[in-house]
Amino acid sequence: MRGGDDMLKVDGLHIAQGDFELGADFAVAKGQRVAVIGPSGAGKSTLLNAIGGYIESTGTINVNGQDVSAAAPDRRGIAMLFQDGNLFPHLTLAQNVGLGLRPALRLNPAEQTRVRAALDSVGLAKLGQRKPGDVSGGQQSRAALARVLVQGRPLLLLDEPFAALGPALRGEMLDLTSTVARDTGATVLMITHAPEDAKRAADQVIFVDGGRAQAPRPVREIMSNPPEALRAYLGS
Amino acid sequence: MARNAQPVRTGTIAGPVAAGTVFALILAALVAVAAKAELPVRFGPADWAALRFTVWQSFLSALFSVLFAIPVARALARRSFVGRRVLVTLLGAPFILPVIVAVMGLLVVFGGAGWVSQGLGLFGLPPLSIYGLEGVVLAHVFFNMPLATRLILQGWQAIPAEQFRLAGQLGLPPPAIFRTLEWPVLRQVGPGAFALIFVICLTSFAVALTLGGGPRATTIELAIYQAFRFEFDLGRAAVLSLVQLVVAGSAAVAALWILPPIAAQMGRGRPVRRWDAQGTGLRLLDATWIGLAAAFLLVPLGAIVGSGVPGLAQMPAQVWQAAWTSIWVATLCTVVLVALALPISIWLAQTRRGGAEALTLIGLAASPLMIGTGWFILINPFAAPADLALVVTALVNATMGLPFAVRILMPAMRQVMTDYGRLSAGLGLSGPALWRIVILPRVRTPLGFAAGLSAALSIGDLGVVTLFADNDRATLPLQMYRLMGSYRTEAAAGAALVLLTLALGMFWLCDAWGRRHAEG
Repeated sequence: MRGGDDMLKVDGLHIAQGDFELGADFAVAKGQRVAVIGPSGAGKSTLLNAIGGYIESTGTINVNGQDVSAAAPDRRGIAMLFQDGNLFPHLTLAQNVGLGLRPALRLNPAEQTRVRAALDSVGLAKLGQRKPGDVSGGQQSRAALARVLVQGRPLLLLDEPFAALGPALRGEMLDLTSTVARDTGATVLMITHAPEDAKRAADQVIFVDGGRAQAPRPVREIMSNPPEALRAYLGS
Repeated sequence: MARNAQPVRTGTIAGPVAAGTVFALILAALVAVAAKAELPVRFGPADWAALRFTVWQSFLSALFSVLFAIPVARALARRSFVGRRVLVTLLGAPFILPVIVAVMGLLVVFGGAGWVSQGLGLFGLPPLSIYGLEGVVLAHVFFNMPLATRLILQGWQAIPAEQFRLAGQLGLPPPAIFRTLEWPVLRQVGPGAFALIFVICLTSFAVALTLGGGPRATTIELAIYQAFRFEFDLGRAAVLSLVQLVVAGSAAVAALWILPPIAAQMGRGRPVRRWDAQGTGLRLLDATWIGLAAAFLLVPLGAIVGSGVPGLAQMPAQVWQAAWTSIWVATLCTVVLVALALPISIWLAQTRRGGAEALTLIGLAASPLMIGTGWFILINPFAAPADLALVVTALVNATMGLPFAVRILMPAMRQVMTDYGRLSAGLGLSGPALWRIVILPRVRTPLGFAAGLSAALSIGDLGVVTLFADNDRATLPLQMYRLMGSYRTEAAAGAALVLLTLALGMFWLCDAWGRRHAEG
């Protein structure tokens, strides 16, 4: 691996939760979009939560050349979208996006302009003053992506934030995610259940199974010639 | 190898500090009391009588409260009628009703010259006497039967609708429904409700002060007051305080594991559609129970309003002054309570279970008069306790309200941290910004409810203030008690109406604040 070009590098990462254990050693190069796939319960979500700093783990996690193993979630250069609860329901979409710039939410005019621009670029220009409960699921996802946009973090983790959307809308959101990642130069790790999502929005695949997260491999290679365990999972 | 990042939590020491302060305040009182207790401890026949009476009246109060609550809750659980929601909400009213106001209402209805006695007189029967054991138990049942009803109703409403659908499909008759569905829940909830009421009644003071008294009807709490106020025997007050702590403490410890949680929306959910008990006789039976319970609750409340309105004109100026005093005591109490409850509840919400239970234990076991006595002893060498009467009253009220507030807030706090803890951490929200942007907006509804409860309890409290206050200082309940003691019944009725309005008003104000803008 070309060490200097890695956005994410995990060494001897070990997560133990009760009976469950997961180990990982891999690196992801800058600018890659990586799909994380594997059977349910294999630990995809656990892996992302450990990288994000939300659950305890041992080993080292490097983001953009910095060891962030002991850093708080907001100090890791990582933006993460969860399965749900990505927006505060009592705040407007604009306020939710603004939190990505300033946690104390006292935005100066320039920052307010950035929030409006971000909402505009995800197609929510007119909905900034609405609250999450008053817009559709797809629009909620767009608002969360707008926040990712203003956060401008080098690494983006997606724990199936679009799982509740229909297939067409999900594809649309994945495309928007790719656009956001391209615009911010972010590297993306996304959990997915659907091989077509991986083909659509990812360059590489990390397969998680049997207590290991395998190193990323090019999506075309792994899909055309899947290893045994992945073949069993995909049912092909 | 390095230990990696922690799971999400609000890293503050405010919670432990706040809880520690409360512990220290109570402990200081306890130590002061213990230091004053004379050795060897003399425990005379009057003290034994007080102990016996305390336990016996608590037992009877809890027993009757739960026994009457069962048919009322059953009727409410299986009937759906216009006004049901209002009635269930009203069942929560005695909780915030000032004790002395309720006593006034009960006296108007059940007293020696009350409505029921007058009715009995028409048939040549002797009037009722509600002073002594009967009165104390009557008042406790008035306060706690609604609580028991809501707890049992809550339990029965938690039975999944599918089970009643299945029972309806099988055509199970009411006795079979009772055996298979209602009884298992009752067996769980009933003892908890009994234990809770028993423990609450052990430390009841204002009811015993107004309706009890004398050698045959003195509770330990009342005996502390008498030793303190009439004999100024601090040593005896101290011994009694320790006895009270042991009795209430051990009862609370024993009851702790079956105590039910207290929730704002308790029993207010929709009734489950049921297919049983459609017979006319059963309908009539349920209607009777609901009618009796409603009358038992509403008639004394109506009596307060009815007798209070003419009394308003009779009130001396001190009543308004006392009302003003009470408002600021209740406000101070509420502010202190919120300042303590918020950090403690978020702290306990993130630690393992047990903390809240321990806190509840203190609230139930430590009697306000014990804490008051202790602080009187501590303050006495340095300042005139009467000068600090109102501040101490507000602080003790806050301490007493704290366990309820924490129990009300904790589930909401836990929910916030579960739902939005990771998101907040990922965005770097912490400290004041976390409170302002995330926590307070999400817990606003239970916070308003808890604050309202504490304000109402504080404004209606007739406890510690009786130990400290002199003739120049009085809260409204104390002023009202003095009016009753000097047989100015009409003026007292007027004061009761003012107090009732203030208690309900302060509760409503806080609760409405909590509900405003409360959204998904």
